[in-house]
Amino acid sequence: MKRRNLLKGLASLPILGLFSWGYVVKKSEEEEVKRAILSELNIKAKAPSTTGSMDGNTIRIGIIGPGGRGRHLMRAAGYAEPEWLEKANQEVLENPYDKRLKTFLEQENLNIRFTAVCDVFSEHADLAMGAATTDDNKPKKYSRYQDLLADPNVDAVIIATPDHWHAPMSIDAIKAGKHVYVEKCMTHKVQETFDLKNAVEENPNVIFQVGHQHRQTLSFLTAMDIVDKNVLGHVSLIEASTNRNDDNGAWQYWINEKANPKTVDWEQFLGNAPKIPFNAEHLFRWRKWWAYGTGLSGDLLTHDYDRINCILKMGIPTSVMASGGVYTHRDGREVPDVMNVTMEFPDYSTGNSQKNGKEKGMTFLYSATLGNSYWRPTKLMGHDATLELGNSLQVYPDRNSTRYEDFFENNIIESETPLYSYDPRTKGVDGVTSATAKYFAQKGLLYTYRDGKQVDSTHLHIREWISAIRNGTSVSCGIQEGFEEAISAHMASLSYKTGRRVNWDKTNQKIVVEGMEDPDLDALISGPMNV
Amino acid sequence: MDTQIYRSRQLSALVLLRWLIGWHMMYEGITKIANPSWTAKGYLTSADGLFPGFFQWLASDGLIGVVDFLNMWSLFLIGLCLILGLFGKYAALFGGVLVLFYYLAHPPLFEPSVVPVEGNYLFINKTLIEAVALFVLAFFPTDHIIGINRYINKGK
Repeated sequence: MKRRNLLKGLASLPILGLFSWGYVVKKSEEEEVKRAILSELNIKAKAPSTTGSMDGNTIRIGIIGPGGRGRHLMRAAGYAEPEWLEKANQEVLENPYDKRLKTFLEQENLNIRFTAVCDVFSEHADLAMGAATTDDNKPKKYSRYQDLLADPNVDAVIIATPDHWHAPMSIDAIKAGKHVYVEKCMTHKVQETFDLKNAVEENPNVIFQVGHQHRQTLSFLTAMDIVDKNVLGHVSLIEASTNRNDDNGAWQYWINEKANPKTVDWEQFLGNAPKIPFNAEHLFRWRKWWAYGTGLSGDLLTHDYDRINCILKMGIPTSVMASGGVYTHRDGREVPDVMNVTMEFPDYSTGNSQKNGKEKGMTFLYSATLGNSYWRPTKLMGHDATLELGNSLQVYPDRNSTRYEDFFENNIIESETPLYSYDPRTKGVDGVTSATAKYFAQKGLLYTYRDGKQVDSTHLHIREWISAIRNGTSVSCGIQEGFEEAISAHMASLSYKTGRRVNWDKTNQKIVVEGMEDPDLDALISGPMNV
Repeated sequence: MDTQIYRSRQLSALVLLRWLIGWHMMYEGITKIANPSWTAKGYLTSADGLFPGFFQWLASDGLIGVVDFLNMWSLFLIGLCLILGLFGKYAALFGGVLVLFYYLAHPPLFEPSVVPVEGNYLFINKTLIEAVALFVLAFFPTDHIIGINRYINKGK
């Protein structure tokens, strides 16, 4: 009787034994597969390069063009206008998962101050003054940027104007001995791209950075390691894309009704653009006209091109072809809203796992529409694997890979399951709201992560520039990177506008349009369509 | 003290159910414990149904750490107790409430499901059935017959 009693009490123990055995076997199989794959790949997520300390002299900055993007740059540098703070506070109340305010408040103090502000529209200048003014800092407001550059209380300038002002202002700033952070596209025309490069190279003491903040994105550092370790094999095709389907994404920015010939220095806005009477739409939605902007090539292709150039360092393409049109937003704009660009790199190689002779040549395909917001990830397609790239990244093995043949034979991997997957967020969900913001966030253009915490990439990019000024550390998007970005974008615009193949003459450092003898490239690029 | 007396077929079916659910919960628990990056945050923040605000509150930065910890260890310990037949009544009751929360965070209402699921459900899904099965186990305890509780009850 007693023995029967004991058995009934412990009848569950075999179940527990079975569970433990099953768990251990399953777990060790999973671990074995993981270990086999990881030791074969040997990918190590590199730690981001540390930039120097923010102690020392306070750097005095002038902001030129504090519109929407310009004031974002000011926030990324630590200064928000009271109006933005109030709005952000309200938005957090409505959506507690909106992390923009928290991200701003937790930003590191960069030990800088804005001592000067310049904008052609007085309201933008006033907003920036509100952001820059503190108890111990009363910034000066300038209506002409030349006067701001002459101010001895300015060490460095951030330029966030329309594209057609980027190069003239940067060149003048460099000549005045000011450090420069300029937004992309670095230049608006071809000749000024060379002029700006010369100006930077002739003034080695000036720190010059182009605003491609995604260079700070953590997953891209891992992507670099993936390419270095030849995980992908020979990459023959890269696909990158832009899909947006909202007004803001199509550059239909809000028109401030307070803008009129009295509140706007229209002559200064026009600069080297054709002289036309005051036009508020041109002022706020300048990206839609070639006279001020660079269209999809300069605004969005440059993001994707530079993301890839940051990982592969492939440089300027040998040739570019582009086509497209205005198919959705027939509102009088000149720049296309659908555009496909193919860039050829016939001599470029990412590595090889096959017999020699199969390792050279790559096409970069950029495909964009402003009439659909379906998410298309960037893909680097190699003989052995495909890399999907965003804020997180995945590596999918190719079923006909040479390198992973044994893995496939032993059923260790399958082509639908990522061979490697990396997500720096680990714990956390974003609360970014608007469609355009989401588009940027997915691409790693808005936020990145440090120690699992969300950080504004722009803040890190500005910090890198400030550290270079203060500590002599290096910048990740200097003149060479900016030059390659701008020339590639201009080649795409020239091909779109002429309907011809556009080549890069590497020896003579010259853009050549096939079938046209010495065309006026700048007239082609800044004028309306002339196919 | 539980005094239910079952016919042997009834007892076998109830004990089998107890073991199966115990196994399922324990395995769910241990896989979460073994995965350092696991979190219920996504599941909670995407909650729909009747009380999304409550689940989103659970997912807030200050709470999610505790919620994750309690959730994975509750699953594991409830599963272990069900298998062993230790405090089975309380384990089943607590387990039923826990699983009911999973159901309430994402109940299959009228909206078509946005993520692929392995079956078709309207109001009732396997999560709810598991929760109710746990309540059945709580009210038809078997651990005083087959399980460690047999000794505990006897001692009293």
